[in-house]
Amino acid sequence: MTAETGRRVKAIGLISGGLDSTLAARVLVDQGIDVVGLHFSTGFCMNDHRRALDRPGEDPRRMRNEGLRAGADLQIPIEVLDAGEAYLKMVLNPRHGYGKRANPCIDCRIYMIHGAADYMREHGGDFIFTGEVLGQRPMSQHMQALRLIEKECGIEGYLLRPLSAHHLPPTRPEELGWVDRDRLMGISGRSRKEQMALSERWGLKDYPQPSGGCCFLADESFARRFHDKRQHTPVDAIRREEMILLKVGRHFRLSAGVKIIVARDASENQFLARFAGLGWSFEALDTGSPLTLAEGEPDEPTRRLIASITARYSDRRNQPLVEVAARHGDMEERLMVPPVADATLEGWRI
Amino acid sequence: MSADHDELRDPAPPALRADTTIDTLGLFCPVPIIRTAEAMKRIAAGSVLEVISDDRVILIDMPAWCRSTGHRYLGARRSDGAFHLFVRKAEGART
Repeated sequence: MTAETGRRVKAIGLISGGLDSTLAARVLVDQGIDVVGLHFSTGFCMNDHRRALDRPGEDPRRMRNEGLRAGADLQIPIEVLDAGEAYLKMVLNPRHGYGKRANPCIDCRIYMIHGAADYMREHGGDFIFTGEVLGQRPMSQHMQALRLIEKECGIEGYLLRPLSAHHLPPTRPEELGWVDRDRLMGISGRSRKEQMALSERWGLKDYPQPSGGCCFLADESFARRFHDKRQHTPVDAIRREEMILLKVGRHFRLSAGVKIIVARDASENQFLARFAGLGWSFEALDTGSPLTLAEGEPDEPTRRLIASITARYSDRRNQPLVEVAARHGDMEERLMVPPVADATLEGWRI
Repeated sequence: MSADHDELRDPAPPALRADTTIDTLGLFCPVPIIRTAEAMKRIAAGSVLEVISDDRVILIDMPAWCRSTGHRYLGARRSDGAFHLFVRKAEGART
């Protein structure tokens, strides 16, 4: 209970559905605290993308929303929030820079904790918590970063990290007696042994593996495409759809102004078809063929090259010539081209 | 585990009728759940909401969302290639 109001203490938490955020919530639930989980949909979640592709035979459990699963397991309400355009702007212009890939982890945490603070102001709540573990992630979970995040969010003293609390100064909820510090944790570092032992003890067995592997921004291949996009497009002009397309297919940069995406299977063909109206698209005729989308305005020789690349990934890749349709709006041209040689192709791959 | 398996596990009673329907066809996770949460705020406790979706994984997410919020998942049926899921709004639900 809060001494001021006599009502139950209410905590607002960031719940990705990973093991750490699930355990952090459980620690507080066990203390009789009302917990509301916020699950941000960023547009960069691999589960969500698998779901949009919906490949035949894909295990639905690999595509479920882990935040909702955690909420169900813990019996706590989960609010799913669309991070939207503001999040994309942050991803493209992170004040604290990127990690090893395209991961703006510090700005991401600040964005979400700001969001949680706004939610708390609107819906009520006494403090915010996260599943952050001191020293677990090189960019955003060292002591300096944890302090910076708290300071920049303007909630100093009201951001609790239950799993690493014993390594951090007491927060106001602890000082005020809303939270029993003795029942918080002292976990640190990259080993997940303690978390796994806790999950075993509490019967929480159905959590995603591996931890932190769900974000495209931390993926090496995605990051190459992301930084290529930033390099060749004015950052303020990059649209959400362009980010979505970075997740799909094989990407080749043919010139500063032209990039193509070649689908890898039928599911990606179907996915890319939704975007085919945005510019030039290519498809080998009368055979199994990937759909190829071009970004930019390819001239005639470049269109022939794109047709050759499309032919290379078609079922007629061993034929000397393949007929490929190049389409733009209502216009269609047919090109007879040889499939491009693999060695040539590699120079353009992103 | 297939979508059909899930559907069979929680079939909606044939006579069940919704008070309100939302169409989330073509939308993927988590948008249908966001729309469901918004719709639930607009209807009275005890009312039944029908959510139409072509995202097969919603058959996992919707029951999970209901368990987390306290609303009652009444099951699903399949019609014209889409899933129709039914949720009864609980009195004093958590969101």
